[in-house]
Order: sequence, then structure tokens, then C-alpha cells
Amino acid sequence: MACISPDGKPTESGTKMLRALKAGLGAPEEIAKEAGLPLFRVRSGLRELAEAGLADQSGEKYKLSPKGIEMLGTSST
Amino acid sequence: MEEIKEQIGHMPRIGEPAPAFEAVTTHGMLKLEDFKGSWLILFSHPADFTPVCTTEFIAFSEIYPELQKRGVELLGLSVDSVSSHIAWVRNVEEKTKVKIPFPIIADLNKEVSLAYGMIHPGQSKTETVRCVFIIDPNQKIRTILYYPLTTGRNMDEILRIVDALQTTDKNAVATPANWRPGDKVVVPPPNTQEMAEERLKQGYECVDWYLCKKKL
Repeated sequence: MACISPDGKPTESGTKMLRALKAGLGAPEEIAKEAGLPLFRVRSGLRELAEAGLADQSGEKYKLSPKGIEMLGTSST
Repeated sequence: MEEIKEQIGHMPRIGEPAPAFEAVTTHGMLKLEDFKGSWLILFSHPADFTPVCTTEFIAFSEIYPELQKRGVELLGLSVDSVSSHIAWVRNVEEKTKVKIPFPIIADLNKEVSLAYGMIHPGQSKTETVRCVFIIDPNQKIRTILYYPLTTGRNMDEILRIVDALQTTDKNAVATPANWRPGDKVVVPPPNTQEMAEERLKQGYECVDWYLCKKKL
């Protein structure tokens, strides 16, 4: 998993994406720009975050899930 | 050998949609559709920790900034494991100070290799040959290059092809032999006798009606 470490915590890039979601960005293109990550990484990363229950997908857009909010609050990275 | 030949089946061709895949890479699980909207160079190498491949990965990393300026992403592939890829990438950085910035597919089950015709049993039954697939933002295959195991690829030519394809798409022209950005381009040949007669009056640099060039 590129966005979530084996210990279940988000990686640096995962945290960047979660923070972008927290800031209200939802489209992968916007998040890529905000997080300074390639679009392909963001698309695959958001898919991963959604599979882990940290983000919710609605059509082409994503938003932070309650579990994601909680995770971001406890993440030190 | 026969079994591998049977597995190879359909070889992708220029103009066809690039075969879809979902693959384990050094940057996580990636799908072809993750690259939609960008140009993509999917390339295979025979094996990690081998000399020619190492020179190629350094060379691909060196042209990566130029590719990014052109909206092109890079994606490597071999039938090695992701742990092997990670160890090799780290070794290259440690020994040469070159960081490999792009993902590499760990195609252990050869799913992607076979879908893209990257295994040529006459060269090797277990390793991919040196393939380059240039895929456009609509995920159509626009160029296919195959190099043998013993010949490292030419990065200038790969950049030149990208420039040529993007120039063609933008301006509806073709590019002549040895074309470089800034050189004159070929105007598409006329399809009718009337157009052929008009062509010579249009102010292009023409050898004859079927070979005319213009400056962009």
C-alpha cells in the first residue's frame, strides 16, 4: 500500500491527500496540485484511502470519512 | 516454447487501445486508467541488477524532467518482485546518486508482459525484452519500439518521438526523417487531383505535389 503503512497509519503522501481532503478539495486533479503529487499517484492513493475507509467516494470526487478525520487527528506525519 | 507462444496470443498494435491493467508497482497498486489524460511511456527491462538496464534507468531518470515538461509519465516493468525493484532502485541511488523517480511494475505473474507482447521467447522465455510503448492521453498506443536484450535504448529518439507525436496532434502534420523540433514539417498529401493542383499554389516548399513542407 502506497498511502497506508503496514501499521495502518497513513504515509507522508497519504497524509498529504487526507489533508487536502480536509481542506475541502475533492477532485483528484485539485488534490494532485495541492499535494504536489503526480495525478496517477493521487488517483491510486485516493482509491486506497477509500478502500481503507478513510475517504468516501462520490462519483469522481472524494471526501474525508469520519475514520479519516480521526486518523488525521492522530497522525504525527 | 510452444506454451509461451500460445500465452503471447495477440500482440498490441499502433492505433489500438492500450491493454488495461492493474499492477503492483514500487508506487503502490496502479491501473492504466490512473494515467488517463497524460501521455505515458510504458517500458520493460529484462531484469533488475543487470548492467544495461541500470544504464537505461539512469538515462530514463535523466530525461524524466524533459518528459514531465511534455506531460509524459514513465512506468517501468520487469518480471522481478517489488522487493527486488526497491532494492535495485535504492542501490542505483546509493552507487550513482541518481534517484529513480517513476514507478516500476513488478510483473511476477507476467500478466502485463503478456498483454503487451513483451516476452519474445526467441530472446528469453523468462525475461521481457526492451519494449517502449508510447500511449497518448486517450490511452491509445501511438508508438511501439522493441530492442533486443543486448542493446540499450536511445533516450534522444524517445524524446524525439514524443515531440513528433505531440507536434502531429497539435498541427495535423507529419514529420520527416530525422525531424527535430523547429525543423520544417510535412503537409499531409492531397487526396484528390484538384487538391494536388491547388497544393502547388499554396506557398509550401514542395518537391512535388505529394511532398510539401512548411515551417510551423
